[in-house]
Amino acid sequence: MTRETWINVAALAVLLGVPLWALMADEPFIITLATRAAIFALAGVGLNLALGTGGLVSLGHAAFFGIGGYAMGILASHAQSYAPIMEAPFLIEGTKSMPVIWLVAMVTSALAALAIGALSLRTSGVYFIMITLAFGQMIYYFAISWPAYGGEDGLSIYVRNEFPGLNTLVPMQFFGLCFAILCLALLLMNAIHKSAFGLALSAARQNETRVLSVGLKPYHLRLVAFVISGAVTGLAGALFADLNRFVSPTMLSWQMSGEIIIFIIIGGVGRLFGPVIGAMIFILLEHTLGGLSEFWHVYLGALLLGIVLFAKGGVIGALAGREKAHD
Amino acid sequence: MLNGLQFGVMLFLMSAGLTLVFGVMGLINLAHGSLYMIGAFAAAAVAAATGSFVLALMASLAAAALAGALIELTIIRRLYDRDHLDQVLATFALILIFSEGTRWMFGSFPLFLDVPPMLAGPVTLPGGIEYPAYRLSIIVIGLLVAVGMFALINRTRVGIRIRAGEADREMIAALGVDIAKLYTFVFALGAALAGFAGALVGAIQSVQVGMGEPVLILAFVVIVIGGIGSIKGAFVGALLVGITDTMGRFLLPQIFALFLEPSAAVSVGSALASMLIYILMAGVLVFRPRGLYGVA
Repeated sequence: MTRETWINVAALAVLLGVPLWALMADEPFIITLATRAAIFALAGVGLNLALGTGGLVSLGHAAFFGIGGYAMGILASHAQSYAPIMEAPFLIEGTKSMPVIWLVAMVTSALAALAIGALSLRTSGVYFIMITLAFGQMIYYFAISWPAYGGEDGLSIYVRNEFPGLNTLVPMQFFGLCFAILCLALLLMNAIHKSAFGLALSAARQNETRVLSVGLKPYHLRLVAFVISGAVTGLAGALFADLNRFVSPTMLSWQMSGEIIIFIIIGGVGRLFGPVIGAMIFILLEHTLGGLSEFWHVYLGALLLGIVLFAKGGVIGALAGREKAHD
Repeated sequence: MLNGLQFGVMLFLMSAGLTLVFGVMGLINLAHGSLYMIGAFAAAAVAAATGSFVLALMASLAAAALAGALIELTIIRRLYDRDHLDQVLATFALILIFSEGTRWMFGSFPLFLDVPPMLAGPVTLPGGIEYPAYRLSIIVIGLLVAVGMFALINRTRVGIRIRAGEADREMIAALGVDIAKLYTFVFALGAALAGFAGALVGAIQSVQVGMGEPVLILAFVVIVIGGIGSIKGAFVGALLVGITDTMGRFLLPQIFALFLEPSAAVSVGSALASMLIYILMAGVLVFRPRGLYGVA
């Protein structure tokens, strides 16, 4: 086992161990924090495929996070009020069933990623950053000015949605669910990394001309990666909305996009577990520094600046060394 | 229409600095919105202390230019050779620091900057339209700045160096131009324009933390439409975005009212209007992926 593998195992152990300890110590709030970390990690794992492996700096991933959140909010609010979403041409009813909600969240955010990606990937570099940011803002403003689902005030759900065989209102059971999904996503990403597709995607980041010359189309590779990435982030959004039982345009805001990138950067770009460690550290900082000072974003900014300027590989890079450098 | 023009001119002041910094240094600067905010806060603070709007405007220029030069010398300078991801992150970190720092110094309540009494009333334009004198003067000032920028870039020695720096930075360094000083100057110039825009807008809207970011994103849209690095593109793009946005908000609800019931027309129209400039941007991208005046 390499050093990075040990770090990865340790990260998962901490993420699972802390809520177990909290369950013993009867600290439900800590379990909620760990759930937040797991969900943020999932969002980061989604983005990491585009950002780390694909080299696509998307500053609009909050769009998918929020679309996932709204998919949950809209379905659950209709189920709550027993009003069908649409009657013609065929009847669609709301639902409180998590698997259905997840599926809808992933499909809608994948479709959004397909549309945004198809346009944005025509460009590259700085243009790509600005355009993903602009499309993210477009959806944000749309959510604010569309009054049917709460507009600026957001949408509240009274009871958490249901998963067969579990009582999701028990914090530990909901955490277990999120943790399991995170592990599945990590397995999926690991498989993608090792697949021919993952290798080609990585190659397209490192040397586009060579990829073209062996007959692969970087545009298609990137678009597929962008869509998968959007779908995973959308799933995280649905879970996040379920955790808070609330969804609002804040989930779509560009600060959210920035935060998802921050998880990846703190942990290490392109590392499988980068977002997991990053999200855990972010939650830890938010909780401890947020308690110390109202202005904790100053410290977060300083830390981020330090990592960017002096420690490029993030935490994993610093601990595991460059044995598997991202490029 | 005039409001659209005024909005467009403001966007030009923002985008000019941004596009210049990108064109010359190849740097994407998210903290540009913070410089806009710093300008507005400096103006509000000086106006409250002295009561003079002219002094407030000068303070906004000075404060933003100073802040710009300071971050260029300490942080931005290290980022020129880094990839865009690092630049995005470092400038995002600067936003966090500036926003929270400003909140810490001035509190979270919005400040207000009064329109100078001389420009407070409306003026009657040829054709009999009444229009606020202050907004009209913003348009005039913005157009003057635009002319000044064109002259600076196309007619002066500094402008020649800036254009040369855009084309080939190693070459002009070899020719004996102090490239580091030039970069600091360009960055401070862009910052000053952003701060100036912040102060001018501060008198129409309130001055508060987070005021810079929505404008920053609009400025990105402008640059994408106009083409990165092109002042002319920034000017055309800014006017296009300003007018599209203002007209869309005004006209779309009315157009939908023709065939929808009034309340639905207002909600559909305003929702669509808020997306209109992004649709415009997508349209431009489909046909000109490098923007209207971008270099292919």
